[in-house]
Amino acid sequence: MQDTIVQDVIETRGLRRVFKSRNRSVEAVAGVDLNVHPGEIFGFLGPNGAGKTTTLRMLATLLPPSGGSATVAGCNLLTQPDRIRERIGYVGQAGGSDREITGRSELVFQGRLYGKSVAGAKKRAAELITMLELESCADRKAGTYSGGQKRRLDIGLGLVHDPQLLFLDEPTTGLDPQSRARVWDEVRRMHDRGTTVFLTTHYLDEADALCDRIAIIDYGKIVAEGTPEELKRAVAGDVVTLTVAGEPQRALDVLKDQVFVREAKLDEGSVLLYVDRGEVAMPAILRLLDGAGLTLVTIGLHRPSLDDVFLRQTGRSLRETAA
Amino acid sequence: MKLARDTWLVFGRYFGLFIRNPAWVAIGVLQPVIYLVLFAPLLKSISSVQGFPPGGAYNVFVPGLLVQLGMFGAAGVGFSLIAELRAGVIERLRVTPVSRVALLLGRALRDMFSIVVQSLILILLSLPFGLSIHPIGVVITLGLIALIGLLTASIAYAVALWARDENTYAPIIFTSTLPILLLSGVLLPLGLAPQWLRNIAALNPLSYAVDAARAVFRDHITNPSVAKGVAVMLVLTIIAIAIGARSFGRAVA
Repeated sequence: MQDTIVQDVIETRGLRRVFKSRNRSVEAVAGVDLNVHPGEIFGFLGPNGAGKTTTLRMLATLLPPSGGSATVAGCNLLTQPDRIRERIGYVGQAGGSDREITGRSELVFQGRLYGKSVAGAKKRAAELITMLELESCADRKAGTYSGGQKRRLDIGLGLVHDPQLLFLDEPTTGLDPQSRARVWDEVRRMHDRGTTVFLTTHYLDEADALCDRIAIIDYGKIVAEGTPEELKRAVAGDVVTLTVAGEPQRALDVLKDQVFVREAKLDEGSVLLYVDRGEVAMPAILRLLDGAGLTLVTIGLHRPSLDDVFLRQTGRSLRETAA
Repeated sequence: MKLARDTWLVFGRYFGLFIRNPAWVAIGVLQPVIYLVLFAPLLKSISSVQGFPPGGAYNVFVPGLLVQLGMFGAAGVGFSLIAELRAGVIERLRVTPVSRVALLLGRALRDMFSIVVQSLILILLSLPFGLSIHPIGVVITLGLIALIGLLTASIAYAVALWARDENTYAPIIFTSTLPILLLSGVLLPLGLAPQWLRNIAALNPLSYAVDAARAVFRDHITNPSVAKGVAVMLVLTIIAIAIGARSFGRAVA
């Protein structure tokens, strides 16, 4: 049974943000409705420029919305930004630590900004240094850190006051696979401690592996929302990817109107078919291509990934838009 | 009080960064010292010209140099802010409950401190050249220069937060400070200027500060121009702090 008293950590209605430049205005976020439940890892997925960061910055009180309303950590975004700031942590894309200052000093200073005493801030800094395994570099200037160390310090800065909600803006962009896995572990540990995590990413595997629920944003609008499983299930049963010698368009034309094909697309010269049952569709596909005189070069069958979800919802591949 | 505590914290952070690189104090003093050594001697021979104020070349020139130091010393502070914007430091600070006024004031007070130290060094270095000044005059002058520094730094930060980029910030700052300085008579007294230039200069608030500093250096501390100069700078500084703090509070898109 759903406990109706439990309030969502984030609730937005019609959240909008318009950027005005000299003679044109761009609607970066065009009416976003979101509900983030307490304790979940919520992934905000979309290509660069889709409005992810703008939404995040609005929810973190850094940017006033042009329209709509939102409640964050139980407070009204428009009227109580100060109270929201006490309850949330935010780790921006650029991080936020100064190259010239040691990690430990940064953590202590951050704790002081949240009203801690010197002793309290030092104690919390030491805890975070142990937790994030920064012992080896805590007393060196942050400019000397590796990418993974710096990102862990940045996350530590967002956790100093033990916030109930943590915003992470593309936490693993630019990290090597090992550091990326470390960050994932940290996010899972926060989740285990009951912290709600709202993160943006343009990595589908990250959203898939890490998030309890996902919203896909494109051109400032939410195009899909749900658990990774739900989203994948919304795409047809299986995905068949095939390439033919020359003329992919002709292959598409031959296949797209077949009854067993729910949807067909061209993607980087390959033909993508969303079908109900791949093992039944494959022989039929082979026969049809043969009959049309097309030479099949490769054919593959896989369960839909979030990439397929994205392609289906937006008409574009996330890989090509992120590149 | 939260504002005082936050300002102290922010000041502490930037003071710590500043103290780690004291070379900047020397670099800041270097330019006025070059003026002192290579330019001020020229004034000696024209100090008897009609329109040149009384009091001796150095007592006329050093107050101008100090005002220039106060303004130029603080005009460039936005560069470090732009670097911090890029590193996400400002965003990280803005997402905490820290007072927005403290974000501006803590930094600007650090800049003010650095300018006061540099001004004191410049006054001391001028003594062997023949500058003479009463200790109370030194205190008043440093207070005046401190206000100019605080005022300029607050505006410089507001411009930096608006520009967000060195290539926009630098031309704005340097093309605006130079005419303001020249129109306040820092290098040569405006008594030498033609009437039309004097008319424009009368609209320049900084010329009141220069007049005040020159009066102090003539030991005319009770001269009304001193109180006037301090009052004008005080009012403008308060306005500038309000503008700067508002810039820190507003979103940087």
